[in-house]
Amino acid sequence: MTTEPEELLRAMVRIRAVEEGLADVYREEQEMRTPVHFSIGQEATAVGVCAAMRRSDLVYSGHRCHAQYLAKGGDLTAMVAELYGRETGCSGGRGGSVHLVDLEAGFGASSAILGEMISVGTGAAWASAVAGRDDVAATFFGDGAAEEGVFHESLNFAALRRVPVVFVCENNGYSLSSPLSSRQPAGNSITRWADRYGMPGVRVDGNDVFGVYAAATEAVRWCREGRGPYFLELTTYRWREHVGPNWDYDRDHRSKAEVDSWIARCPITRATEELRERVPGIDRARAQWETESREELAKAIAVAKASPFPAVETLLSGAYED
Amino acid sequence: MRMLKYSEAIGEATVQCMEADPTILVAGQSVDDHKGIYGTTTAAMRRFGASRVLDIPNCENAFAGIAVGAASQGLRPLVVHTRDDFMFLAMDGILNVAAKWRYMYGNKGGVPVVMRGVVGHGWGQGATHSQSLHSVFGHFPGLHVVTPASPADAKGLLVTALQGDTPVVIIENRGLYEVEGEVPEGPVGVPIGRGRIVREGTDVTIVAASLMVREAERAASALAALQGVSAEVVDVRSIRPLDEDLICASVAKTGHLVVADTSWARYGLSAEVAAVVAERAFDSLRAPVRRVTPPDSPAPVSWPLEEAFNPNADAVARAALEVLGLRGRVAVGEDELARGFVGPY
Repeated sequence: MTTEPEELLRAMVRIRAVEEGLADVYREEQEMRTPVHFSIGQEATAVGVCAAMRRSDLVYSGHRCHAQYLAKGGDLTAMVAELYGRETGCSGGRGGSVHLVDLEAGFGASSAILGEMISVGTGAAWASAVAGRDDVAATFFGDGAAEEGVFHESLNFAALRRVPVVFVCENNGYSLSSPLSSRQPAGNSITRWADRYGMPGVRVDGNDVFGVYAAATEAVRWCREGRGPYFLELTTYRWREHVGPNWDYDRDHRSKAEVDSWIARCPITRATEELRERVPGIDRARAQWETESREELAKAIAVAKASPFPAVETLLSGAYED
Repeated sequence: MRMLKYSEAIGEATVQCMEADPTILVAGQSVDDHKGIYGTTTAAMRRFGASRVLDIPNCENAFAGIAVGAASQGLRPLVVHTRDDFMFLAMDGILNVAAKWRYMYGNKGGVPVVMRGVVGHGWGQGATHSQSLHSVFGHFPGLHVVTPASPADAKGLLVTALQGDTPVVIIENRGLYEVEGEVPEGPVGVPIGRGRIVREGTDVTIVAASLMVREAERAASALAALQGVSAEVVDVRSIRPLDEDLICASVAKTGHLVVADTSWARYGLSAEVAAVVAERAFDSLRAPVRRVTPPDSPAPVSWPLEEAFNPNADAVARAALEVLGLRGRVAVGEDELARGFVGPY
């Protein structure tokens, strides 16, 4: 199963339109009462990896999870309803932006504690292998999570037990406001951890969706064949603030010039340019996709707002088996 | 009924449940070795081998999450911690993930992870190898927390845990492993959340968990023999959920309450039981509640200090006399079981 290049671009355009639209509404309305972490600028990682997977494969993610959820086929309306805290949200209004789930689409879970889903994704993939299924899992995390103990324990376990999990490190250079240089020793390579634990690992330009897709295809094939885990480090950059809808350059930790240099390397612009010669009318198609996606979001927002909040009587529901 | 040791009962429950349910896996450090976690995993290892009784790396943190991920995808991991103190390394997976999974992701299903934690007891296990963590886990909604005190409950509560859909923490005190008792032969579950009256009485209620149930029974026997006091011993069996009805009904009958626990008094099980009775059965109380717990220090190693640190039957009997306003002493003496215990552990 291969995904056409235009489809990769289209998926990125949709995620960008949805997140930019959500950021505006979030700021203007103040009705989505949940911390949001946008992936604007780093859409190629989620799209490239998820496109290489099939629906029954599982994806896990950290706090910055809208892009992976949507790229894996998660239900947009249910995600938006979750942001608005509605009963119809994908987590019933109990989880919020950082606790998304869509089991039908193979989005296993996201969570807000750094590195947590590295272990959970490893366990899900392990269960698949133990049961004799050939579904694989991919677990997304940032460069910050690679500093956590759970990262190292999970890699060790996955390599030891040949767990079919793709570790996807989205290295965007920051953890909150802390740059990589203040968190990891100079010359450290996150990808090299893969080698230390005895699994293949590659570092790929995470703003090149076609490169990511190619690498992820190889990673998924490797896992599916039962050869053990695989590691991808995808370098990219988050345009907006760590949490929230705003821009945060020229405060203290990063300059506008730095952000602009990454906007100039926008994964969507880059993919459009690469396709322009091969696919006639790609610019028109892209504009069309943007319009469609904005309409799709507007509809989802309208549906969410028309949906009821969870009844207060259901406050305890789900803490235990009913 | 035939007799089994507490440790044998755990082993039997494990094997019977694994026979009935091929998705159950035992996992922990050295669960597959010749000692088999005090013999509790030996039978499973012999019966099912290394494919279902897994020696795992030292990775408490990750493995708590791995177990949750596996449970969300159809496996039932039975995770064994030779010392529950190591579960502090697994807290994120247990408390932030397992306990909250069903709720946080919209009630679409639970993660049936069962975690056994063994409390080291005696022989200088010290500050980081002898803590009873049930009160810590008991704080968090989403978990079930059980503290079996008898061989029958060691089996029955494990069976129920392995059949349910809720993450369960089982805290087992090492001091109970050699205790013998009647145990049903089949895989019959004991309901989680129901306490049991171990010994009926009319003068004072002694609520206890785990090892302290045994101490409370010894205290009750001595109180009856030496002071003519009729003590009722309530084994909570499960601390989350807690059988409030049973506790309050007993206090309504006796009017006096002593709570005995191996976890500290502050914010612990004994505090919770006292609060429940204060809220629900205040009018029944004819005297202030007394708690028998370790003092407010880490556990020492040197044996005279350790003896002084661990709550025992003498302390329970003393507390019972105090709440009843009786003078005199009851010397219960050392538990025969403990006397026979030697190292190296």
